[in-house]
Order: sequence, then structure tokens, then C-alpha cells
Amino acid sequence: MLQIQDLHVEIRGREVLKGVNLSIEKNETFILFGPNGSGKTTLLMTIMGFSNYKVTKGKIIFKGHDITYAPTYERARLGIGMSFQRPPTINGLKTRDLVRLCSRGRKIDVGLLAKKVNMEEFLDRDINQGFSGGEIKRSELLQLMAQQPKLLLFDEPESGVDLENMALIGQVAKELLGQGLQPSPEASMKKLKQLREVSGLIITHTGYILDYINADRGMVMYNGRLCCEARPRDILEHIRKYGYKECVRCLI
Amino acid sequence: MSDIEKTKEDINIDDFLFDGDEVQEIEDLREIDERDKKNLLMAGIDLEEKERSGTFLHINHSKAHCKTCTPGVEVLDIKEALDKYDSLPEYYWQAVDPKKDKYTQAVFEKLHGGYFIKTEKGAKIDKPIQSCLFIKKDKVGQNVHNIIIVEEDSELHIITGCSVAHDVKAALHLGISEIYIKKGGKLTFTMIHNWGPEVHVRPRSVCIVEEGGVFLNNYILLKPVKSAQLYPTIYLNGTGAVSTSNSILVAPPGSYLNVGGRMILNAPETRAEIISRTITTGGTIVAPGHIQGNAVPVKGHLECKGLILKDGTIHAIPELEGTVAGVELSHEAAVGKVAQEEIEYLMARGLDEDEATSTIVRGFLNVDIMGLPPELKQAIDQTIEEAGEDMF
Ligand SMILES: Nc1ncnc2c1ncn2[C@@H]1O[C@H](COP(=O)(O)OP(=O)(O)O)[C@@H](O)[C@H]1O
Ligand SMILES: [Mg+2]
Repeated sequence: MLQIQDLHVEIRGREVLKGVNLSIEKNETFILFGPNGSGKTTLLMTIMGFSNYKVTKGKIIFKGHDITYAPTYERARLGIGMSFQRPPTINGLKTRDLVRLCSRGRKIDVGLLAKKVNMEEFLDRDINQGFSGGEIKRSELLQLMAQQPKLLLFDEPESGVDLENMALIGQVAKELLGQGLQPSPEASMKKLKQLREVSGLIITHTGYILDYINADRGMVMYNGRLCCEARPRDILEHIRKYGYKECVRCLI
Repeated sequence: MSDIEKTKEDINIDDFLFDGDEVQEIEDLREIDERDKKNLLMAGIDLEEKERSGTFLHINHSKAHCKTCTPGVEVLDIKEALDKYDSLPEYYWQAVDPKKDKYTQAVFEKLHGGYFIKTEKGAKIDKPIQSCLFIKKDKVGQNVHNIIIVEEDSELHIITGCSVAHDVKAALHLGISEIYIKKGGKLTFTMIHNWGPEVHVRPRSVCIVEEGGVFLNNYILLKPVKSAQLYPTIYLNGTGAVSTSNSILVAPPGSYLNVGGRMILNAPETRAEIISRTITTGGTIVAPGHIQGNAVPVKGHLECKGLILKDGTIHAIPELEGTVAGVELSHEAAVGKVAQEEIEYLMARGLDEDEATSTIVRGFLNVDIMGLPPELKQAIDQTIEEAGEDMF
């Protein structure tokens, strides 16, 4: 689904990613750990193609297309969807209208989707205007449900969110990742999987999200490089015990 | 203001024709020339008159159509009103000083017409009254004088559209409006200008609001105009009077707009809000706003936001003036471009750069806050859509 090869990225002339290699398969969810300032958000923003993030070397391949220098909207149309940590307010743009735009003409029931994330009352408000941390997360998920991405980029699902919201966010993220689908007489599990082939790249500090989704692999970002590949739960346990200082050793 | 700006704004009145263009009355608005209908629709005029409580139409130098079918509100040509009500001594030239400037003076000296709209005490008129001041002939100079009286505890919405015929090039519109809102009265006044690229407009408006009165003043200008100069003054003279002004302006190349407003808070508990959203796609916009607080407690807020899409000038001039301790006045002014962060947010949802920009601009020119009837809002959204095609 996604291949990243020797990716070097600069922000305002300073190298932040220093040779990242990563590959995520179909139906696989990858968890990214790492201390503050190590470059995790930078990696997501670079995959989405934002203008401040300058690729100086390396490649990003998505579904066989080299998207290293593709405009953001082309990446979105190919199936990359991102949950923003601090999305901007757009005055006069109603949440409802943005959700419609996200579906790009596909038929959706905005009200029904909003109900799933408890956002019905926000549909007629300007997008992100005065939204709390949890409301931003729910609104991002609402947009992503309309967008139906094939690769879900999710930056710190737990940040600024209380426990009650965390459960809701966890469940919706699981659904977006095509996990936990119920087989029915009309659709076997195998068929459902084929129908909804979604991969995920999720950044987390706390690991709370792991209570809700199945994640296959994880790595640690440290000073612009990836290291310590392991099962996400094991990485989490290790970090809880020893912090990130052991990661330096892995990189040597 | 620079000298260049001054000369752009100074019109030689003698270049225009102020005599001889009286028109015949039009019984049914549907008889209007097909090509002119579109301009009228864009100026907010409902030709079917179904969703309106009354219609007033003035063309060139005379009244063309005047009809009300709703009890509780009277609509007359100003000349008839002056005859009927003994020259309207309490209202006619009582809010606007006839010597204010040469344009005002010109209307004082020669009156072509205009509307007189008056509610009865306590009447709540639910459908809007519509008025249109139309110029149909090249080189016409049009002098109108409008008077609105909203009696105690009554409510009214007036939609006033101004437009020119498809084949008019140069024209000059001079318009005096005197608006009186009595105790507990409420007026929503929506003015839509849909002039032509060679037309000059000089409206001069003053509104006086008494105790507990409410004045919502909407102004929309999306189409090219050679020059427009408006600076309505609103006096909140009674305790608890409230006024909000919303203006939405677009200046394409060749347009020169000097559009602002002033609110004077003369009584305690009054509140004033001036909100303007301006976009230039190559023209010039000067947006002066002034709130003066002369009593306490009062609150006033001025919000002036401008976007320069490619070229053009926006000059925002927010002014706050408090003359007693305890007034609360604030302003927020910004002139800039569409935020890259907002564009990229929408691009991450699959919108290309043009789609993203026009979505943001449409949100910026937010007409929802004006409380307009749905069909009018639709017409305005469509005009913005069409203006948008030239913007990006
Ligand atoms: N817009 C920016 N301008 C300048 N430096 C930035 C910007 N964004 C991130 N950085 C720098 O890049 C590095 C990585 O940041 P980031 O990717 O946000 O880290 P993480 O998400 O892992 O906490 C940090 O040193 C940060 O200060
Ligand atoms: Mg981060």
C-alpha cells in the first residue's frame, strides 16, 4: 500500500527526517512512537504533501504511484486521509458542507454519520470554530468517514480527549480501518475484507488507541530516523519502563 | 485620503441628464424586458411579487410601479407622500442635512421620486417590501429621496435593489434615505447594488433609532461599479437601541468602492456592531468604520476583514471614539490573502486549489448572518458563484 524509501525532509532549511524507510501493507495498521520533536508529525505531513515540508531525497510510493511530489489533493483522491491535530477554523464553512465536500459526490447520509460521532449539533456550526480537543477529533473522524480513505493517517488520537471520547474515537477509528466488521449471510468475512482494504499509520504516546484497534507492527521515531521495530504493545511496555533512551542504542 | 482617490470620487454632476426621462407605469412586473429581468433578480427583486408584502419601482426620473396589498404598511411615491402628509415636516430633510455635499444638494434642488414606506403601530409585516431604483437610459442622472418610518412596536423587512438596464453605460445615482425607527420598532434593511461598470452611485443615508428599536442593515455589492461612496450614519438615541450593519463587497478591476458606516451611541444600554467583509479582485476598496460612544453603558464592535486575491487595494479604516468613561468599544481589522493553511486543509480532503479557494471565499462572504429570505439568499449565492468564476 505505502512504501517510503530513504526519505529526507527539510523544514525551513533544517533537516528533520534523515532517511526514513517504511512500508505498510494492505489491511495493516502501523503504530509510530517517539519522543516530542522527533519528526512523527513531519512524516505524516510529508505523506500528505504539505508545502512547508520539503523532500530533499527519497521516495513515497502509494498504491504503485510515485507521489513524492504530487499535490495534496491528488494524494487525497488516491485514498490518503488524515486526521489533523490542530485544524484551522474556516469562517462561514459549515461542518455539514465540508462533510459533503469530503464525499466528493458519493451519496452519504451526513446526519447518520454525524450521529455516530455525536456531532449532530455541530453540523450547522462553522468548521472547527471553538471546537474542544475531543470535538476536533470527532469532527476529523466525521470528515474521514465521508472521505473513506484507503490509508488512514492519525496523529495522536488521544491528545486532548477525555476517556469517554476516547472510547468513541477508538471505535470509529476501528471502523474506518475496516476492522471489527461483522460477517453476515450476504457477506463473508473474506469478502468484507476485500471490500474494505484499509491501512493505517497512527502516532501515539499513550497507546490508549491500542485498546480499540488491532495494530500489527510498530516502530519508534528518534531524531528523524525509525528504529526498534516490534509489536506495538511490546514497544509501549518498553518505553514505559526505560523511556526512549534505549532507542539511541538501536540506532547505532 | 490621497488626491488621486479624491479625484476618482469627485463626479461632475453636469455630465448627466436630470430632465425628461419620466416613464410610463408598468402594471405587471412580468412585462419588463427579458434582458433587464435578470439584473432585477440579481438585485433581489421578486418579479412574481409572491413572497413580498409590496413593491415599489422607480425608473429613471419617475415612479413606474407601486403596490401594497398588506394591511399595516403603506408604500407611496415620495411626491405623493409629500402631498398627502403636508410635506412630512417631521421627517423630510430632518435626518440628512441638505447642504451636506453637492450630491445631497442636487437631490434637495431637484427631486425625481423615491419611496415612502410607513408601518402602523404594532404591525408585524412578515413578508419583505421590495423596492427597486432602476436606470434604463444612458447618461441618466437619478435623484431619489426615500423615507422609512417604522412605527412603535412594528416590524418590517425592506429589500431594496438598484440596477441598470443591460445597455446603459454611464449613469449617476444620487439617493437620500431617511430612516426613523420608533420605540420598540424593528427594521431589517437589505440593500443590494447591481450597477454597471460605468455607473457612479452616491447614496446618503441616516437612520435614527429610538428606545428599544432594532436596525439590521445589510449591504451587498458583488458586481462591477465605476464608483460607489456610502457612509450611512446610524444614531442610537433611545435606551436599549441596537444596530448591526453587515456589508459584503467585491471589487473587480475598475471598481472603486468607498463603503463604510458610522454608528453614534447616544443612550445607555445601546449596542452597535459593524461587520464588513471585502474582497478585491483588482479594484480598490476603502472601508471606513466609526463607532462613537457618548453614554454608558454602551457596547460597540467593529469588524473589518479584507481579502486581496491577486491585485487591488483594500484600505480599512476602523475608528473608535469614546467621549465618556465606561464605554466598551472594540475593533478587529485584517487585510490579507486566503490562508494557505486553510487551503491545504481542504486539499487534504480532495479539493483542488481552486475549489478550496472558492469554498473559503464563499465562507468568508457569509450571507447567512443577514437573515434573508431563502430565494434571495439563493440568488446571492448564485451571484457569488458567478463572480467567483472571474475571481480565480
Ligand atoms: N513549522 C515548523 N517550523 C519550524 N520547525 C518545525 C516546524 N514543524 C516542526 N518543526 C521542527 O521539526 C522537528 C520535528 O517536529 P514534529 O514532526 O512536529 O515532531 P513530533 O511530531 O515527533 O513531536 C522539531 O524539532 C520541530 O521543532
Ligand atoms: Mg507531533
